[in-house]
Amino acid sequence: MKDSYDGPILEIDSLSISFFTRLREIPAVMDFSVRVMPGEAVGLVGESGCGKSTVALGVMQDLGKNGRIVGGSIKFKGRDLNEMSQEELRKIRGSEIAMIYQEPMASLNPAMKIGKQLMEVPMIHRGASEKDAYDRALQVVTDVKLPDPARILDSYPHQLSGGQQQRIVIAMALMAEPSLLILDEPTTALDVTVEAAVVQLVKELGQKYGTSMLFISHNLGLVLETCDRLCVMYSGEAVERGSIKDVFDEMQHPYTQALFRSIPLPGADKNARPLRAIPGNFPLPHERPNGCNFGPRCDYFEAGRCDAGDIKMFDVPGNEHHATRCLRFQEIDWHAEMDTGHGAEKPEPGRVVLKMDNLKKYYEVAANALFGKRGDTKVVKANETLSFEARESETLAIVGESGCGKSTFAKVLMGLETATDGQILLDNRNIESTPIEARDTQTVADVQMVFQNPFDTLNPSMTVGRQIIRALEVFGVGNNDAERRERMLQLLDLVKLPRAFAERMPRQLSGGQKQRVGIARAFAGNARIVVADEPVSALDVSVQAAVTDLLMEIQREQKTTLLFISHDLSIVRYLSDRVMVMYLGHVVELGTTDQVFAPPYHPYTEALLSAVPIADTRVTKKTIVLEGDIPSAMNPPSGCPFQTRCRWKSQVPGGLCEKDVPPMRQLGGGHQIKCHLSEQHLASMEPVIQIAAE
Amino acid sequence: MEPLGWFDILTRIFMQFMPVWIALVVLFTLSIVYKRRLGLYGKLFDSTIGMVGFGLVMFWVFTGIFGAFDLIITHDPLAQVSSMKNKPPGTPIMGAEDGQYPYYLFGGDNLARDVFSRMVKGAWVVVQIAPLATLFAFMVGITLGLPAGYYGGKLDTLLSFLANLILAFPVILLFYLLVTPEIVDTGIPNYMAMVLFIFPLVFVAVLLNSRYRTQPAVRTPLLIGVLGVMGWLYLSLISQPGTAITVLPDALDLFNLQGGILVVFVSVVFVNSPTVFRIVRGLAMDIKTRDYVAAAQTRGERPWYIMLWEILPNARGPLIVDFCLRIGYTTILLGTLGFFGLGLPPESPDWGTTINDGRRLLQIYLHPAMVPAFALLSMVLGLNLLADGLREESLRD
Amino acid sequence: MAFFLLRRIGTMLLTALCLTFIVFWLTNLAPNLEKLAKNQGNVRMTDEQVASFLQDRGYAQPLPLKYAQWLGVAPGWVIEGRDGTTRSRCNGVLENGVPPENARSFCGVLQGDWGYSTVFQDGVGSIIATRLGLTGKLMFWVMMVMVPGALIIGVLAGMREGSRTDRTLSTVSIITTATPEYVSGVVFIAVFASTAFGLRWFNGSATSAMEDATFENFTLPVMTIALYGMGYIARMTRASMAEVMTAQYIRTARLKGVSFPNIVMKHALRNALIAPFTVIMLQFPWLLNGVVIVETLFNYKGFGWTLVQAAGNNDIELLLGVSVVSVFVVLITQLISDIGYVYLNPRISVS
Repeated sequence: MKDSYDGPILEIDSLSISFFTRLREIPAVMDFSVRVMPGEAVGLVGESGCGKSTVALGVMQDLGKNGRIVGGSIKFKGRDLNEMSQEELRKIRGSEIAMIYQEPMASLNPAMKIGKQLMEVPMIHRGASEKDAYDRALQVVTDVKLPDPARILDSYPHQLSGGQQQRIVIAMALMAEPSLLILDEPTTALDVTVEAAVVQLVKELGQKYGTSMLFISHNLGLVLETCDRLCVMYSGEAVERGSIKDVFDEMQHPYTQALFRSIPLPGADKNARPLRAIPGNFPLPHERPNGCNFGPRCDYFEAGRCDAGDIKMFDVPGNEHHATRCLRFQEIDWHAEMDTGHGAEKPEPGRVVLKMDNLKKYYEVAANALFGKRGDTKVVKANETLSFEARESETLAIVGESGCGKSTFAKVLMGLETATDGQILLDNRNIESTPIEARDTQTVADVQMVFQNPFDTLNPSMTVGRQIIRALEVFGVGNNDAERRERMLQLLDLVKLPRAFAERMPRQLSGGQKQRVGIARAFAGNARIVVADEPVSALDVSVQAAVTDLLMEIQREQKTTLLFISHDLSIVRYLSDRVMVMYLGHVVELGTTDQVFAPPYHPYTEALLSAVPIADTRVTKKTIVLEGDIPSAMNPPSGCPFQTRCRWKSQVPGGLCEKDVPPMRQLGGGHQIKCHLSEQHLASMEPVIQIAAE
Repeated sequence: MEPLGWFDILTRIFMQFMPVWIALVVLFTLSIVYKRRLGLYGKLFDSTIGMVGFGLVMFWVFTGIFGAFDLIITHDPLAQVSSMKNKPPGTPIMGAEDGQYPYYLFGGDNLARDVFSRMVKGAWVVVQIAPLATLFAFMVGITLGLPAGYYGGKLDTLLSFLANLILAFPVILLFYLLVTPEIVDTGIPNYMAMVLFIFPLVFVAVLLNSRYRTQPAVRTPLLIGVLGVMGWLYLSLISQPGTAITVLPDALDLFNLQGGILVVFVSVVFVNSPTVFRIVRGLAMDIKTRDYVAAAQTRGERPWYIMLWEILPNARGPLIVDFCLRIGYTTILLGTLGFFGLGLPPESPDWGTTINDGRRLLQIYLHPAMVPAFALLSMVLGLNLLADGLREESLRD
Repeated sequence: MAFFLLRRIGTMLLTALCLTFIVFWLTNLAPNLEKLAKNQGNVRMTDEQVASFLQDRGYAQPLPLKYAQWLGVAPGWVIEGRDGTTRSRCNGVLENGVPPENARSFCGVLQGDWGYSTVFQDGVGSIIATRLGLTGKLMFWVMMVMVPGALIIGVLAGMREGSRTDRTLSTVSIITTATPEYVSGVVFIAVFASTAFGLRWFNGSATSAMEDATFENFTLPVMTIALYGMGYIARMTRASMAEVMTAQYIRTARLKGVSFPNIVMKHALRNALIAPFTVIMLQFPWLLNGVVIVETLFNYKGFGWTLVQAAGNNDIELLLGVSVVSVFVVLITQLISDIGYVYLNPRISVS
């Protein structure tokens, strides 16, 4: 399949794609150009709705019934894909261009064995025999580092974990050794440590097979790690294009700058580098402004010029590979310090309001729901001996990946479940075995929660105002409807939403706005403890910063204790006072933010830190790739929960890690680690993240 | 007089339906003008299928209502004109009296009654019973299905077993067992009515109580008022002089159903409820995992508030669609009952009974069976199309 | 798997017990028994005569006892009647009043004795066997027409949602689901078998098909039942197919270079059939209704026709037999549908 073509693999020239609805034409991509050279990896970065996935589907010529390419050309190895017949396209798809998607489970056929799905590719494109195809499949599955390839080929997709499925999808894409690989958010659905391993794999395989890549992501850090060049998109247009170094260090577009300023970096904390949200909202495709699409949200906007007409890409003088879609890029002082705005000092943490002592939560589940024997149950230890304290005005971050027990802990605290053992003290009152129906209104109002998924957090068939008023009614706030209405409007003010939103239905709100309503509802009864379960992880980066800031601001005013559940260490570093790291129901490390983010680490924290992609070229990271997947909570390993993936395990003599659960060790200053490693080993750990001196 | 040709028959029928046409035109004009303000109902007018379905359904609804006021019919549906036995459509009546309509537009049946008028009157039977019976079935299904889906566990196992028990009965066997004069004598249908018809009361009581739990000053008078009225209606409905249940004295009894109608009504509700139960249960199990349900739980809402105000409104899409389909199914069931001569009196003009009457001589005289057959077909088709249109439009959001 | 089967069979037996008890209770209510007595004996019997008639034939015993006897867990009755004849449940009228050795033995369903039909004057077991055979023949042809037809229509309509083929086929399926058997049957007879219309292609009665089914006398009943179910299954298949065709893995297959026919056949079909399979199996109870209507309409004396006869005449033991059979048909199809679902859908593992 290798030929001697040495021009650009993919050349997109002023591409425009539109979707057609009953009412109007909606342009999804406008005047988009990019070029991918052999062996090169190009990143496509932007927030949701910016058109980056549409570009990928445009390349595959698979835009569905309503989508159409309305201008420009897409040349693959010099041949225009727009002009190919369906039959020619079919020959190229899968053999020369392959694609990997976000949801690995959804992109594998659930009713077909993995082996068959893989073997199909060479059998279609090369007419390979079943035997040859099988051998090839076996080899590729070995290449993507899956254990026991023969068994994997003989299993169905649902029998594999998410990380394994994504490896299979990658294997499928590589079956025919394509010249171009398109990856559309390939790791978004995966846990951080699994993501890191998959990204590492993609990088290695790209080099091994010499494949060109088009890497689509919303995560600047991931692009930095994987790509040579990148293209930033905003609202259907490419706004900046250049090499990684050009764009990260010499950015020439206000949007790129704003994007960088709105993401927290684990190398810095909130005092050194405060976040700055991008004002306003992403424009809807049919409501784009005249001229520069970013104009209304831009700090450098100049009326009469920026909104005058369409803006072309300009080459940056002195660098022909760097281009920007900004009229004023040469006038802007790109090195000016950013206006840090509010420098409000956070109040010191006050008295202890919440104390957990040896909290345990075990579940009994049927071993097999459909065919299981009655009485044949398994005990799932969702939470093991959780102990910590949380103070007034303090932010305690709870960090962990899926299955670590953070959601169970939240349920027990809220009273949706009762604890198996141990105690929860709220103002020195035991509440661990009081279910929510038995709690008095004040206790319920005191402990509230902000949920993860903004699209799910509000009742879709009730107005925003009504939902907040209902919370007020339940919490016994206000004496009559008028008072409650007034209080509801004040709450909307508090979360910085216009009062007119009270009459809106949730579907008329954007994700960030819904999350604000969720916050307003949680604070309706003047909550003192708020559990925020990944409140920003489903939001776009620019909105994340705004919602995070809002939470911190309310916390400052109301002296709230914030329990911030997250898997994103960058944001945790940014806002929390103390951090608790959880793995498979155990607290493995607990300490102040500075203690946890500096050595000595728990081996899991170390790996977690290394896995977080950081969008900063100055940062050097140690690469620690964890083998395998997170074990199932149904079937945890013996001894230390982390022992199956720990790189330090060999340093502990006598196989202690496999035998005993390590004790919680005090390292001074309230820093605790659950690990068998000796003092020397702990002391010998090096920092994972280092910022190069400028 | 000469018999009418097909063109004349159709013209005259068109004229007879004039009140229906006027009502339809008014309804459609108003709806299309204001469709943007009418929510899901308004969106129906964006879909051709939905509009056709809605038109067919409303045609029969208006026909039923106007027919009940003796507007459209040409003759008394029970009157026999001896010379008209089995006469083909368009036959003139020999020696018609003054004021009597001079033709049998769709011919006469084997008892020399006017097929056209019987078809119109038959629409009223369906329009009266089918939607109401479906509504009651929904009340039962929702009131039991929500807790089964929400709580799960033993309650769910028990209720699901009962639902499956009823579903395992062949419908016709059930009808044959329930809808006979002997069973009516025992009063079993009245007892079943007593149980099944209490569900709307329970539903409304729980609905209001959960909503106004936090404001007792509003809740108590509201509940007393609403339940008082509904209770009276309920007692009037179940109380029948001369049967096992005579709770209300005649003076207070608002209305009495004919014995046959009550049995038919009860059995149709009984047969439909388990299916509604299963649908509601499935929806509740799905929706209870949403975050807004968790949010309601964490602010200490009572289970019934969550079920009725957080879960139910968000299950309305599939339920409305199923409601339309189920009215169609109920219409078919009513026809089945008529077809087997169960429940309704033999001279009843409902479509099932008329089809059954007409089929005996079907090989020779087509019209007495074909007219009600097509009426029933078009009505059920309309409901199916309406459901399809609704499903399409509700998914488009 | 074995445990799952056991549990399902347990539920099945419990359901069957509950159902037969309900049928037993309803048919043994006083007005029903009175009707039975007057049917069997004399329409002008006095209340007293009715009472003694019932007393003599064991109907006056307590309900649970009668039910236990029918089941075969209690010994059958032997009653010396007021009219001087001694009757027993197991041996009928006893000669010279002396019960034979085994008169007090068990003779119920568990012993394979299904009782005696008062209408047909024959053993219930043999009546049901014959009638079920006839209905089996009908159902076989219905299935042969309905299932492949429905699946083909559904798959063709669903594989390209919104196309002209889809619209045409969907309209056809909606119309057939809106046409109950007693409407389509009447229309078919009118169009294809009546003198008035003049086509006379098929027979309007299927009585002769009991002996010898031919194209002329069997087409109409088969089509009448098949059409109604066909539309419903086709719509389910279409919805399922349309949903599968928008799934991510179909896009994966397309972007792998798989051709459209292969996408439909290899990737979509199995996934698309999972949902309708359950629907097809759950159609059985409804098909039973169709059978009753069609057999009545076409005068085909099968199981459905027997049901109407038994119910219409309060033939208690026949009615019970019919209920047991139909309940088991329903429950067994549910069981098959569960098991088949597991085999079609690899996501559910069998331990």
